Amino acid sequence: MTADRPKESLRDAYGATLVELGENDPKLVVLDADLSGSTRTVVFGKKFPDRFFNVGVMEPTMMTIAAGLALGGRTVFASTFAVFAAGQAYNAVRQSVGYNRANVKIVATHGGLLVGGDGGTHQIVEDIGLMRGLPGMTVIVPADAPTTRAAVRAVADRDGPAYVRLTRENLPTVTDGAFRLGTAPELRSGSDLTIVAVGALLARALDVADELARVGLSVRVLDFASVKPFDEAALLRAARETGAILVLEEHSVLTGVGALVASTTSESYPVPVRRVGVPDVFGESGEPWALLDRYGMSAERIRDEAWELLRARGKVQ
Amino acid sequence: MVEDVPADRLASLEATAREIRREVIRMTCAAGGGHPGGSLSVTDLLTALVFHELRIDPADPARPERDRLVLSKGHAAPALYAALALRGYFPRSELATLRRLGSRLQGHVDRRKLPCIEASTGCLGQGIGMAVGMALDARLAGRANRVYAVLGDGECQAGPTWEALMAGGHYRLGNLVVILDRNGLETDGPTEAIMGIEPIADKFRAFRYHTVEIDGHDFRQILGAFAEARRTTDGPTAIVARTVKGKGVSFMEGQHSWHGKAPSKAEAARALEELGVPPEGTPP
Repeated sequence: MTADRPKESLRDAYGATLVELGENDPKLVVLDADLSGSTRTVVFGKKFPDRFFNVGVMEPTMMTIAAGLALGGRTVFASTFAVFAAGQAYNAVRQSVGYNRANVKIVATHGGLLVGGDGGTHQIVEDIGLMRGLPGMTVIVPADAPTTRAAVRAVADRDGPAYVRLTRENLPTVTDGAFRLGTAPELRSGSDLTIVAVGALLARALDVADELARVGLSVRVLDFASVKPFDEAALLRAARETGAILVLEEHSVLTGVGALVASTTSESYPVPVRRVGVPDVFGESGEPWALLDRYGMSAERIRDEAWELLRARGKVQ
Repeated sequence: MVEDVPADRLASLEATAREIRREVIRMTCAAGGGHPGGSLSVTDLLTALVFHELRIDPADPARPERDRLVLSKGHAAPALYAALALRGYFPRSELATLRRLGSRLQGHVDRRKLPCIEASTGCLGQGIGMAVGMALDARLAGRANRVYAVLGDGECQAGPTWEALMAGGHYRLGNLVVILDRNGLETDGPTEAIMGIEPIADKFRAFRYHTVEIDGHDFRQILGAFAEARRTTDGPTAIVARTVKGKGVSFMEGQHSWHGKAPSKAEAARALEELGVPPEGTPP
């Protein structure tokens, strides 16, 4: 069970990586909007106070200032909660960062329902859809701390805007951190079914795959952390070789990775696709992991959806 | 505050501004769209910036030490395009392509298509923030260049404008100059009838800007305000420039209906005649 593995904070991984990047690039600057303790940019701010700007509660303007700094040739990181980065600041991200093609890396923490007690106002379930719809925007949803470290380095190395969505909860380490943009690592090989997963649900995907393996079923698991650019070849190979795809994401099923997988396969290699994620509703306050169960992302639900697809393929009765 | 400008220099700036106004009329007429009213109100300010104040060089357009101009009111694109073309950044013949498919002259200024544009703008309330970022960048890098942001007055109704102004004041950006094209009119009518922004100079002062109020069509006052801004090194300067929407064309002046409407051919001919172009068929 992945639950038995050591857990690590993705936000801590981000803060520590920022400091390393700041040591190597004296021009790199970081902005935050009064949440630096929560996003962990405070670690960078303490080490490099001259290159850290806590602008207060002005998320749209944090993005426009970030763009102005980036247009002078800097790599700029800007962090706040996902609901503010992608929601509150959307048009500033669109025009000042995206349209200008400014070299701004938005690292948004507290994505999805796992925000927990703060409730539906703060649980953005549509940010992946908003960000992947922006032309030229790189979008990454790491599942653990090692991938977070690699992803933050990867976006720093690549010129242009990027959005990295992090989870508030500590997550079990499930990858080897060998993240590369545009590739979907195969964490389990298999031929009966493929599970495509991002973020916190990747661990649940691995648990279900391992459980099914014990009864002789072969389930492939793809880590889809690189949402844009995404690994179309690996996805279509999975469609061809396993015949069915289950997508897991802590995000609205309307516009997230499930929608991406379904539309891509239906155009190029149609196979049954089922989407497990947040239905078309806002969240609510609650214990973080209980919220995932409540909103249709329980291990049991994932197992049921996997069985449905395996049954449709004639792999089980 | 009034700058002692030599008469020939004054005449030269006035002639250039008139030429830019003529181009604004020609461009918007040819395009069948665009924003002549706010382009004509800001023309003298942009002329003073591009032909006098900014340390820029069309022969070396990407020099890191160049001054930056951010047109936060990106819809005044025709006036800026005309100014930059006349300054030598691109061929004047290209002005006729405004808003056409494939043109570098987008309806709102676009830095990726036209590199002499410092920041793509259009959605209001964002250019000022980018200007603040540029001013911070210059300070961090130890460069002496200055950053000028041109705001519209309707734009002063947008919350992010004040967020960005607050940041410029907080960081005491002595290399930042904010210029308000206070023509008093927005798309639907007078700013004060729609959502009043007065007392605007007091607001800038409250946001820690050294604030000067001028006639935005008087070059001696404009240049005087720029000189005063250069002397103000301990924080940003705001220039509230009172202007007339549609300035220079009698039937456009003070009419909000000319915010986002192009002149017909007949209207353009009348406008050009007022701006010193003889009507067609007139013997030379």
